[in-house]
Amino acid sequence: MAPPAKRRPGHSRRAQYSLFLAYVLAIGGATLGLLLVVLSQFDPPAFAALRSAAAEIFMPVSSGADRTRRGIGSIPQAIGDYIRAGSQNDDLRRRLIAEQRLVRQARSLAYENARLRRLVRLQEGATDAIVTARLVSSTGSSTRRFGTLNAGRRHGVLPGQPVRGPDGLVGRVVETGINVSRVMLVTDPESVIPVRRARDGLPAFAYGHGDGLVEIRGVTTGVNAFRAGDQFVTSGAGGVFAPGTPVAQVTRPLGDSALARPFAHPDRLDFAVVQPIFLAAPPAPAGAEEP
Amino acid sequence: MRRPVATAIARSATPGRSLWIPAVSIMAGSCMTIFPHIFVMPLLPPFGFLMLLGWRLLRPELFRIWAPVPLGLFDDLLSGQPLGSAMLLWTLCFLALDMVDRRMLWRDFRQDWIIGTAMIAGVIMGGAVIAWPGPSAGLPFIALGAQVALSAAMFPLVTRIVARLDSWRG
Repeated sequence: MAPPAKRRPGHSRRAQYSLFLAYVLAIGGATLGLLLVVLSQFDPPAFAALRSAAAEIFMPVSSGADRTRRGIGSIPQAIGDYIRAGSQNDDLRRRLIAEQRLVRQARSLAYENARLRRLVRLQEGATDAIVTARLVSSTGSSTRRFGTLNAGRRHGVLPGQPVRGPDGLVGRVVETGINVSRVMLVTDPESVIPVRRARDGLPAFAYGHGDGLVEIRGVTTGVNAFRAGDQFVTSGAGGVFAPGTPVAQVTRPLGDSALARPFAHPDRLDFAVVQPIFLAAPPAPAGAEEP
Repeated sequence: MRRPVATAIARSATPGRSLWIPAVSIMAGSCMTIFPHIFVMPLLPPFGFLMLLGWRLLRPELFRIWAPVPLGLFDDLLSGQPLGSAMLLWTLCFLALDMVDRRMLWRDFRQDWIIGTAMIAGVIMGGAVIAWPGPSAGLPFIALGAQVALSAAMFPLVTRIVARLDSWRG
């Protein structure tokens, strides 16, 4: 390919100045970008209004295309189900019998649980849904993992509220627009969720790993023997997430920590429920504003 | 700035479509993230940047050197990266390509591909470092490597699209 001809603008002073100015603008723009990056490191919600405005504009596109994709995406599944109907039927019947036994046990446990809670007068936080909405898009090319939810301030969504799907915890709201909000997924590298092991209550934290997994790290070191298949649920510590929401299942133990796969697959999610913050923050003590 | 003679003869006098099509196609590339694919891994190639790179390598005289600043700002609004990251990285990439142009005057497509892959790797890794929350989290190298490889594999296709758009813009 021929070399570009813009290198030598000739003897015209005007052309020379305009080329020089272009370089000044480019380097100035890069410096401005660096400043903005540094600014967003120290104050992450900065420019939230700009981003939500952009999301607000593109939300109808995302929602519309989402509906089409779900329609088309379900066709191969439907054909496969039709062909495997017989064997699937047997399999499901067997599974149903096994599950029924579990459900009976769980029902009696739930009853006993409620009775014991009444007995000790346990203070309950809020767990009702604020709004049910769709996750319509995500940041597919960045290492930060955000999803866009098509509900916003108008529906009562506020930053900080936890979002869960039918299978487990999805993340928490970080920015809200009028009709859209941004959700930080549990796999985002900045997300930290207090969890406990479902079978024995071992406390731990689930750190986002940025690549679709979370890393479970115990609160104490040295005594955490994680095994593949261990299930973790939110512990309710910190008061943001309601206790008992499934978070992740360990796939690979790594000594003191373990890699785990989240239960909620945002790529297969139909709906997500926004819940209120489990326990509202206690009122600030008097005089706390003083430096 | 004086246009090269060959293109100046072939072009119409109005700069309207000739500059809008590249800009709009790059912004359309940035918009790919709004389509409803919820990714748990960062695998989607940065299409906005790929388009920009395609235009820059095919038509080096088309954009002023400061063009990535507004285009990067638009990409930042949609990509989920910290604001300013594409503004910075894309402009640095343009400055780097300017230096490459000075060293290697006559290039074929294969060399462009290698140069483009280096730029893609730089921008993706740079973006990951900018979005890196701190020493408590590791960088997902496997996912980033896969994203770079996928983007590099898409480069010829993007160049095709750019060439088609270029012949259409007339």
